[in-house]
Amino acid sequence: MAEALLPTERRRLVSLLSPAYLWLLVAVFLPLSAMLFFSFLTGLPQDDPDWGVTLANYGKFFQNPTYPALLWKSLKLGLWVTGFCILIGYPCALVLAKSIKGRAREALFLMVILPFWSNSLVRIFSWAIVLRGNGVLERTLNFLLPFDVRLNLMFTREAVVIGLVHSYLPYVILTSYLALQAIDDDLIDAARSMGASKLTILRRLLLPLSLPGLLAGAVLVFVPVVGSFMEPRILGGRLGTYYGTVIEDQFVAVYNWPLGAALSFILLAVVLLILALTSPVLKRART
Amino acid sequence: MKNGILLISFLALGTAGACADEIRVLNWQGYGTDLKWSVEAFEEATGHTVVHEYFNSEQEMLTKLRTNPGAYDVVMINAIFNGQAVDEDLIAAIDTSKLENYAGIPQTFAADPKLVHDGSVYGVPWTWGLTSFAYNTQSYDKAPTSIEALWDSERKGRIAIRDDAVEAVQFGALASGQDINDIQDLDAVREKLAALMPLLRTFWSSENDWNQFMAAGELDIATFWSGSASRSAAQGLPVEFVVPEEGAIGWLDSLTIPSSSEHKEAAAQFIDWMIDPEFYVKWNAEGAPASANAEAAAALPEDAFNRKVLGDPAVAARIQFQDPISDEDRARYLELWQGLKAAQ
Repeated sequence: MAEALLPTERRRLVSLLSPAYLWLLVAVFLPLSAMLFFSFLTGLPQDDPDWGVTLANYGKFFQNPTYPALLWKSLKLGLWVTGFCILIGYPCALVLAKSIKGRAREALFLMVILPFWSNSLVRIFSWAIVLRGNGVLERTLNFLLPFDVRLNLMFTREAVVIGLVHSYLPYVILTSYLALQAIDDDLIDAARSMGASKLTILRRLLLPLSLPGLLAGAVLVFVPVVGSFMEPRILGGRLGTYYGTVIEDQFVAVYNWPLGAALSFILLAVVLLILALTSPVLKRART
Repeated sequence: MKNGILLISFLALGTAGACADEIRVLNWQGYGTDLKWSVEAFEEATGHTVVHEYFNSEQEMLTKLRTNPGAYDVVMINAIFNGQAVDEDLIAAIDTSKLENYAGIPQTFAADPKLVHDGSVYGVPWTWGLTSFAYNTQSYDKAPTSIEALWDSERKGRIAIRDDAVEAVQFGALASGQDINDIQDLDAVREKLAALMPLLRTFWSSENDWNQFMAAGELDIATFWSGSASRSAAQGLPVEFVVPEEGAIGWLDSLTIPSSSEHKEAAAQFIDWMIDPEFYVKWNAEGAPASANAEAAAALPEDAFNRKVLGDPAVAARIQFQDPISDEDRARYLELWQGLKAAQ
């Protein structure tokens, strides 16, 4: 294909693509490589005049059992949140794409996207108000129910999962919705006319055809949740120490950027490894 | 006559113009130096203008000093970091004879080896305070007197501490009867803190955070700073600060002049203003840490916390002032603390 291009076309291609690549270089590649460089240093050059290059920052991850344990904890959190997002988000998308038509769909769609328009910190603090002892949720339940309810959800693992699921749910709904909407309604009618039950249609037709969208949504949720630090810190209280919060501590509180950078790249490597291991599944879903 | 007034005002303008500098202050936000009424009064009295910049951690402050020579004229440095700043040549010796209010600072602070190096003063003792705990007066019949009040299992889920490795370890040291500056038995500290973790509701991260938890009635007792406690009480929260029998962690904040400052005289004037008893009495009414100037403390009303409690010699005897912490110890404390948090 590239050989077939005329010189003028190639020039045009280069001139059209170069802004995008330049942007990628400046916004993604340069900061990332600066961090990669930091992760191999003994100290930041501006703080420590006799800085050197070392692998010790990566070594710390393996020497101190705390870090692998926290990474595992964060990965589990990512799985839980992704699972709940799929359980809630996929049916929502299914209803939106196949059952509701016209203006009602637009209104519901707006409600799905609406939380995205507010700052995530605001959303998490709102959850703190709802979940805290004697907060909005408890008061409402106590008002509606005759017996005394004590949920005590704030500062628990459940609170972290609730906050994260709420934050990332729209990703799953949007990607699944797009995949489901692309499925021709005639296919479903055809299946129904052949006597397929609703469950069979879902299992044999809708789910396989929309799997790429669902998986794309799952990846979009899983990756940021594993590195999340703000939600666990605010909603998790004393249980809110995760891999992401430890990285944040290195940058903000302890001021050990090299270690923070090294821990970040280990996280990146692990996430990429997981994606690579699951890519056969992803590929099969696409074909 | 008219000419005379004009002449005088011209003269006044001229002199003010000649020595009017812009001084740049580096400090925590909302920590005394940037009080609006005080800055305005200072600007009116001296003609210098004051600009503030803030830091979020001591490490950040040191980095700012290293990377921006000449950018700051007055820097607030905790005494335990003063020596490091002197070693790196970041701050200059201060001619204390130019500070009118310096005489009021007692020898215990003025001659503190953390601030005086080779006979020269590198930091003017400004404020001091305690890290201990405060309790909700509505949830206790009798004021707790022991640090063990934090380990009260009956109040499980109503206790909080700050998420800070050094502070947590030093609390553990106090509770296990050790010197906070010379912790021999770190395992005892670990054990003590491990017992505390399940009792905690959460970690508090800022003064505002602390106040909200207390106001919502979610906490009975939590570690706190003496200055912040008096500020919370001044805002009407039912809290009282405790200096337990086992002791409390003491800290001293100093005002310094960077060696790269180009307005050293104006900076000294500002520092003198900051240790002025008149300024301190007004600041204390809004909730302030204890002043390092004895005359300022003596000028407070008799029932003021900073005079009544912190001025009590029996209390003073229980205070363990923080010494500088080596990088190795800091790393050890951090590892211990992260391990405890991760195990939750």
